[in-house]
Amino acid sequence: MNEPFSSVTSAVVPMPRNDIDTDQVIPARFLKTVNREGLGDQLFFDWRYLPDGSPNPDFVLNRPEMAGRQILLAGDNFGCGSSREHAPWALTAWGIRAVISSSFADIFRANALKNGLLPVAVPPEELGRIGSILEATPEAELKVDLEASELRLPDGSVIPFTIDSFARRMILDGTDELGYLLAHESDLAAYEAAHPPRISTLA
Amino acid sequence: MSDHTPDSARLRTIVDKIWDEHLVATGTDGAPDVLGIDLHLVHEVTSPQAFDGLRARGLGVRRPGQTLATVDHSIPTTDRSQPIADEIAATQVSRLEQNCEEFGIPLHGIGSPHQGIVHVIGPELGLTQPGMTIVCGDSHTATHGAFGALAFGIGTTEVEHVLATQTLLQRRPRTFEVRVDGALHPGVTAKDIILSLLSRIGIGGGNGHVFEYGGSAIRALGMEGRMTICNMSIEGGARAGLVAPDETTFEYVRGRPHAPIGADWDAAIDRWRKLTTDEEAEHDRSISFDAGDLIPMVTYGTNPGMGFPITDRIPDPDALTDATQRDSLRAALTYMALTPGEPILGKRIDVVFIGSCTNSRISDLREAARMLRGRHVADGVRVMVVPGSTEVKRQAEEEGLASVFREAGAEWREAGCSMCIAMNGDQLSPGQYSVSTSNRNFEGRQGKGGRTFLASPLTAVASAVTGKLSDPRALL
Repeated sequence: MNEPFSSVTSAVVPMPRNDIDTDQVIPARFLKTVNREGLGDQLFFDWRYLPDGSPNPDFVLNRPEMAGRQILLAGDNFGCGSSREHAPWALTAWGIRAVISSSFADIFRANALKNGLLPVAVPPEELGRIGSILEATPEAELKVDLEASELRLPDGSVIPFTIDSFARRMILDGTDELGYLLAHESDLAAYEAAHPPRISTLA
Repeated sequence: MSDHTPDSARLRTIVDKIWDEHLVATGTDGAPDVLGIDLHLVHEVTSPQAFDGLRARGLGVRRPGQTLATVDHSIPTTDRSQPIADEIAATQVSRLEQNCEEFGIPLHGIGSPHQGIVHVIGPELGLTQPGMTIVCGDSHTATHGAFGALAFGIGTTEVEHVLATQTLLQRRPRTFEVRVDGALHPGVTAKDIILSLLSRIGIGGGNGHVFEYGGSAIRALGMEGRMTICNMSIEGGARAGLVAPDETTFEYVRGRPHAPIGADWDAAIDRWRKLTTDEEAEHDRSISFDAGDLIPMVTYGTNPGMGFPITDRIPDPDALTDATQRDSLRAALTYMALTPGEPILGKRIDVVFIGSCTNSRISDLREAARMLRGRHVADGVRVMVVPGSTEVKRQAEEEGLASVFREAGAEWREAGCSMCIAMNGDQLSPGQYSVSTSNRNFEGRQGKGGRTFLASPLTAVASAVTGKLSDPRALL
């Protein structure tokens, strides 16, 4: 169950690279945990820390001014690869509430929405425009407004975006999908009566 | 039954047919459809938080008989008589055992003759059947699409949804036809077909779609080759990829432990034969190429779409006009320590990994052993052969394949995901190069700082023997 969420206004963590995969978001060796909390320290671990364990000064997340920023700006096709939900868990644990890209991998998008993390897809030319604005004014704040389904830039211009209408409602209300599914009990029972299972793993 | 639905009048793809058959409730007011799930595969890594969620709500597992668990990702592939040395992994494995016990889910744990990689044991046991919906908290669930099933990876929240309701909220995906006609040349394999597709469309090229593979080259493949191709659908961004079932499929399923028998078998065959895309039905996108044009493929970069024919030279980032693309390629080549213009053939390698849900089945091991027989691994190269399941291991030992690997100087290990995901201690050291039959060459995927060339089992063996990235056609 997530808290209701309607918008976030924040400066931006810029990560202008295409195809950032979930193995980068959180390397597989951290997936041995049986919990979903506390993964913020492992976020982008192998980019964030040098082999000797010290912070990599060249990696954006280690710049002091990045602390507390809630919006990540990435290149195209963010979140490709593994289905690990640890990726949105690590992002949200660090404090990220929205990722802006020109496209998202399907499983990552689904996982993000279930954790109140907004995958905000904008056209490639708009992504480039946002990147240019932030290069000129790195401290500028963006507003990701889920209620209005629009992204408000520092120059006052607005880019509309689409979030799956059902997921959007769930996030705005702070409800979750399992409750919705469980409320379909009569449909489930009718389906099961009409579709006896063709296998049994218990046999 | 579907003959009486209103949908029967319109032309449908195989995905539509499976979808319609599994509709528990059609989405209204903007909600997604509720889709029934036939088979849910569970492993130790993506399930503990889902079981915790059930406990927090006081829910049980709705359909334990349509659920099967095994351990594969974080377990060692060394001597199984010893306890797991990694305490965190040991805790994760014992948590799965406790959860399966508490919720009544059958588990093929360590010591079971059916333990193995989830995507190897499902088909092996005959649980994977045409027309099914199959999910697992693992992106390579697409593998099962080789049987004409709609199979896709899900996150842990969705694992919880399936445990609790045996359904998922889903929107009907778009479809993307991948047609491969012609005949493969000797030394060119299913792995080269999929690596070629990925190099054509890129890692995000199939986002939002399900691939339907067809054409004479796909039809000519055995089930294990088809699994190799469907497995890597996700590397092209498609959550699922499938092949309409045919006689090859039926023969593979027939006689397996969970396959239908007697009158049920006949009924199943009748049903499965209808699982084709209607001739005039349209896919949202399509691509076609000729298998006869392919040579062995290899990846040079840090995602599976960054591949090319093995005789090519490393591309030049400066030739790209888009700045972000240029920077992404430059970063990949820096990580891989490769220079634009250099040939990839002859690149010195340190490790060869033959295994993973992509290429660890008996036919993969037979092909690899055939090329390796009478040859020896090059000095200084470590070769790990990791069977996909305990049953594959048994079979390979019975057929004498294991001794071929051992005598050639390769390590013959226990079944699991191993160095495909490097969670269990099987990993590259920083800077090492591997030729790997697995599915991902992301930075650090096979160990922090490790560098992966993805290729077929034949290319892996040829490279193991020479100690350099090598064209298997020279060793046929």
